[in-house]
Amino acid sequence: MINPDSVGRTFKGVEEVTVTQPQIDAFAAVIGETDTSVAPPTFSILISLSQYESILTQPEIGVDWTRLVHGDQKFEIFRPIVAGDVFTCSATIETLRIAAGNEIVCVRSDLHNGSELVVTSWSTLVVRG
Amino acid sequence: MIEVGMTLPEKVFYIDRALLKAYADASGDQNPIHQNEEFALSVGLPNVISHGMLTMALAGKYVTEWAGGSASVREFSARFIKPVIVPAGEKVDITVIATVTEVDGNRVKLDITATSAGIKVLGMAKAVVVK
Repeated sequence: MINPDSVGRTFKGVEEVTVTQPQIDAFAAVIGETDTSVAPPTFSILISLSQYESILTQPEIGVDWTRLVHGDQKFEIFRPIVAGDVFTCSATIETLRIAAGNEIVCVRSDLHNGSELVVTSWSTLVVRG
Repeated sequence: MIEVGMTLPEKVFYIDRALLKAYADASGDQNPIHQNEEFALSVGLPNVISHGMLTMALAGKYVTEWAGGSASVREFSARFIKPVIVPAGEKVDITVIATVTEVDGNRVKLDITATSAGIKVLGMAKAVVVK
């Protein structure tokens, strides 16, 4: 069970994440994008999902990652990500509800490069009961 | 001239097991349901399924190709309403089309439809681009 007290709280990612050109190149190659001067629009999921995993699976929150399904995803992109960006990523648990025995958690991720907000994204994650 | 109601040309992408592996490596999402058939079956899935985010990334490629590159996207959202099943040795289509729903200066809002084998796989898929 997800701890209901975690709703409304913001958790800071533990580490800074540096975006590298090979990461952008590999992501772009999968979708057939040849211009790798900036990252494709969904690239930031690479950072958000790994940060969510390390944040949300902490015992005080209690998301069971092995039963997770991605329900929906939204990005607001203030500028494209480029190699050399160094991000801190926070996770804010916006809502939690139970439906048909599944826990449905909406989590927002803010990616900051220094004080600059570069991408905000929202993920609905469904923990299957 | 971009006008509300205008439909953009359709594009077809293909997903196979090799692409799932490539996306897993590129995105860091190594969930075995996207690569290991035995595991997928053991958790009640009909077969290996694609990452929803791979379908969304391909829809993103469709949008950026029209809008003028990866830097053009301001907002992008989608629901993962049906899994895309990827059997071994097969190529599965992701067919994408979009309609212009709003034009505000150089900001263009799109409704995106993504289907696989004729079935809608993304719901409420929308993007705002600067063109």
